[in-house]
Amino acid sequence: MEKKEMVCIVCPVGCRLEVFEDDKSKSGYIVKNAACPRGEIYAVKELKNPTRVVTSTVKIKNGLLNRLPVKTDGTISKDKIFECMEIINSIEVDAPIKVGHIIVENVLGEGVNIIATRSMALAEKE
Amino acid sequence: MLKYDIVIIGGGPAGLAAAIEAKKNGIDSILVIERDRELGGILQQCIHNGFGLHIFKEELTGPEYAEKFIEELENIGIEYKLDTMVLDVTDDKIVNAINTKDGVLTIKSKAVIFAMGCRERTRGAINIAGSRPSGVYNAGMAQRLINMEGVMVGKKVMILGSGDIGLIMARRLTLEGAEVIGVLSRDNFAAGLMRNVVQCLEDYNIPLMLRQTISKINGKDRVESVVVVNLDENKKPISGSETVYECDTLLLSVGLIPENELSRNAGIKIDRATKGPIVNESMETNVNGIFACGNVVHVHDLVDYVTEESRRAGKSAAGFVKGELNNNESFIETKPSKGINYIVPHKIRVENLEKSLELFMRVRGVYKNSKLVVKLNDKIIKELKKRHMTPSEMEKIVINKSLLSEQKDAVLTVEVVKEA
Repeated sequence: MEKKEMVCIVCPVGCRLEVFEDDKSKSGYIVKNAACPRGEIYAVKELKNPTRVVTSTVKIKNGLLNRLPVKTDGTISKDKIFECMEIINSIEVDAPIKVGHIIVENVLGEGVNIIATRSMALAEKE
Repeated sequence: MLKYDIVIIGGGPAGLAAAIEAKKNGIDSILVIERDRELGGILQQCIHNGFGLHIFKEELTGPEYAEKFIEELENIGIEYKLDTMVLDVTDDKIVNAINTKDGVLTIKSKAVIFAMGCRERTRGAINIAGSRPSGVYNAGMAQRLINMEGVMVGKKVMILGSGDIGLIMARRLTLEGAEVIGVLSRDNFAAGLMRNVVQCLEDYNIPLMLRQTISKINGKDRVESVVVVNLDENKKPISGSETVYECDTLLLSVGLIPENELSRNAGIKIDRATKGPIVNESMETNVNGIFACGNVVHVHDLVDYVTEESRRAGKSAAGFVKGELNNNESFIETKPSKGINYIVPHKIRVENLEKSLELFMRVRGVYKNSKLVVKLNDKIIKELKKRHMTPSEMEKIVINKSLLSEQKDAVLTVEVVKEA
């Protein structure tokens, strides 16, 4: 049976977890060395379906800055991060924008949107 | 001459929180002075998430965190000046500033709050040998260029320093299409949070190169390569262990230093350990009516702690203006003892505490299964068990006022004790 080692990042203690596949357990895994139950939940999630929030920027026209920061408003599959980045890189928006504005709806078909993480006013004309 | 009750220098998270809290405590005449083109400070370039878990109970990005405070500041009508540089503050609280609209400004204030934040340590401060090509950036500078200006800094990048900014930038550069060769740490562990090691390096298969540093930078016009050398247990380079890595860019993430030129000129005493002003329980410096908060006092790792500390400074400055701040000459002095690098605040006037005292500190090394022991005049008043402590994570101890109230001109110490 294959052993997988990982560091738990739920809290600063950083338990060095050892995870074994196990058909008999409810989660399908046995997690060793976790000092608290959150370690097991983390390990199983990381092995079964690891997800991340992606933060980046998109181009913005006529804004105070050249870039508008954005994020996914929920987590997406870890293996789709670069696919998500390709979509983010293809976008250009126009100022003004309000924080929370949806930039891309239902990106990657996972029910998660890309939203603006700040408001941006029009650039002042010189 | 302009006149205000409170002038706040710096419009980042510290200045914003201090200004809002001063206003909420009954002061209307407030001016925030910011040298950048907008408020929010460094939060505006920290587009990653993880901010605000303590105060807002949700994970915000830096710009979202900043916007909550900027919106509140504008809603309650606090004045601010952008693109304005403060040149000098005197100990009688005259602020000299300059911008292109008003020219030279002289402002007389009843109280001043220093919230200037910190700066990155540069290549010059760490003495790397070699030539002076372009392509050597401080990590925070590169972050600003990429996230706000839309300028990519390089294609093949080495990162020196494993603090959180270095780790965050390793991921950011990778997402933007650069190849990150590795992140170098002098120690046998990363200086930043484990969470960032996992989510910024391991997620993208970026090597964490332990016990290694850069001994030389090569290149004429642009960085062409760096020489990486192994370090022994005393962090001394091991001769003959040099490896050359081709790259076009080097990012430096080698520490932050509180920015205290204005403080020193105003006659404010600086703590050698924090490199920030010596402050009391009200975040007041040794100059009456000049307060300080945020990264100008000591470098924090959580913005929520900056906000809490700055609210205290704002409230205290309001109290000072209203004549409600007790200026008793007797105080408790705090002193870091075994295993503790520094403690903020440095002086405690017990009368000015509300219910409790919050002490912030950093330990000197990595400690497992230890406790923090607080003593007042050598008598233990509090013990806190800690499973894990590291210099990269600030420790906070809350002490009930009743434990302190009987004491005057006393010394309070904190030390690390290993548990058997």
